[in-house]
Amino acid sequence: MTRIAVTVDGVKYADEVEPRMLLVHYLREQVGKTGTVVGCDTSNCGACTVHLDGRSVKSCSILAVQADGSEVTTIEGLAREGQLHPVQQAFHDNHALQCGFCTPGMIMQSIDLLGDNPDPDDAAVREGLEGNLCRCTGYQNIVKAVRDAADMMSSGAGPAAERVSPSSVAGGGR
Amino acid sequence: MIPASFDYVAPSSVEEALQALAQGGEEAKVLGGGQSLLPVLRMRLAAPTTVVDLRKLTELRGVRDEGDAIVIGSMTTHHDVTRDPLVAEHAELVVKTIRTVADPQIRHRGTFGGSLVHADPAGDLLAPAVALGAEMVIAGSSGRRTVPASEFFLDFFTTAVAPDEILVEVRIPKHTGWGSHYEKFNRVAQAWSIVAVAAAVRSEGGSIAEARVVLTNMGSTPIRATGVEQALVGQPASDEVIRAAAQHAAEGTSPMTDGNADGDYREHLARVLTGRAVAAAAGLAVQGG
Repeated sequence: MTRIAVTVDGVKYADEVEPRMLLVHYLREQVGKTGTVVGCDTSNCGACTVHLDGRSVKSCSILAVQADGSEVTTIEGLAREGQLHPVQQAFHDNHALQCGFCTPGMIMQSIDLLGDNPDPDDAAVREGLEGNLCRCTGYQNIVKAVRDAADMMSSGAGPAAERVSPSSVAGGGR
Repeated sequence: MIPASFDYVAPSSVEEALQALAQGGEEAKVLGGGQSLLPVLRMRLAAPTTVVDLRKLTELRGVRDEGDAIVIGSMTTHHDVTRDPLVAEHAELVVKTIRTVADPQIRHRGTFGGSLVHADPAGDLLAPAVALGAEMVIAGSSGRRTVPASEFFLDFFTTAVAPDEILVEVRIPKHTGWGSHYEKFNRVAQAWSIVAVAAAVRSEGGSIAEARVVLTNMGSTPIRATGVEQALVGQPASDEVIRAAAQHAAEGTSPMTDGNADGDYREHLARVLTGRAVAAAAGLAVQGG
């Protein structure tokens, strides 16, 4: 067993883990963050995407011990005081999901994408999400949602967006 | 699946890492970013007894200028390599190639050195390393040695790095002002190359003064298309010259047949993709096959 200290969604954890334990299993089984899901188990689908020290990663392809000393943000850490993150809200508003299984990973990767490119066109969204697979929607509404979120998060957007300014949400303003 | 059990160490210096590898023996394995090793462990294609994680070796991260070359630390992530201004200016081919590797999440974790040492014949970084004449700096218990990229890749998943050694950095001679392109053929996003071609060209007054063309996944190791290079040098960078030169691309290769492509289809791809890669590297508009 190896001792690790990890901050997950703003809370510090110290745990003994087997070195072979994957980060996604640590998050789900030890920390209880079941919002992060295991999809393909082969690092193709992106459903398990979380942020590790501010960058999107596939948590099925990282050992929990590799995250020692790091900060992890999961889908469960995005909402602030009951208010959805703009990307979560945009996925809701645009029906960007059917079964919802890929959604946690899609949203985490979309936030990373918008941090790099605050105003992506359709092609840039599709390229930025190339590591995330959805088997229901055909991606149209996902692309719409990400662009809608970009509008909501842009400076000069309406009052609703100003309540969740990019600097106050994970991945914004990077 | 869950990997088989192993002992884990995260040393804080290259010397400590080398000691850990020596103690672990043949069954010890180096962990860089883990984007190749973790899938292998999970599928239980490998079951090392000891995993030596290099994540604390910050001295192996980053890019520096060494006069006539740039030096990329082996633990520098793909993402960081593509954002580095030195790489963009002096080894543009590397940036263009990495943009085609896997997906953003994997590029955030995967390392430049890890890809090279993994030496998957379909891996994308091998061909540009050979094309740019990179030199691999390998640390072992008796010191450091340098191996040119052309002698580094020995076979499928096999390099000059011994089990008790670590690739610490990669020196890339500056190719400032060279045109370059990486033309990759695969069927779906984030798939491995079925065939790909790395091309770098130095033009002088409308003619091709120097050319490097290296093929990905046309054999167990990257293959330099010397016939193409010879047909290009000294010629005007015209569509006609490039098309004719590209016909030499598959010479001397015997590519494998697998679920993705037959060998003769790979030879066809090598010719087509070489034409496109060289044309783009020479600044011509890319045209069809």
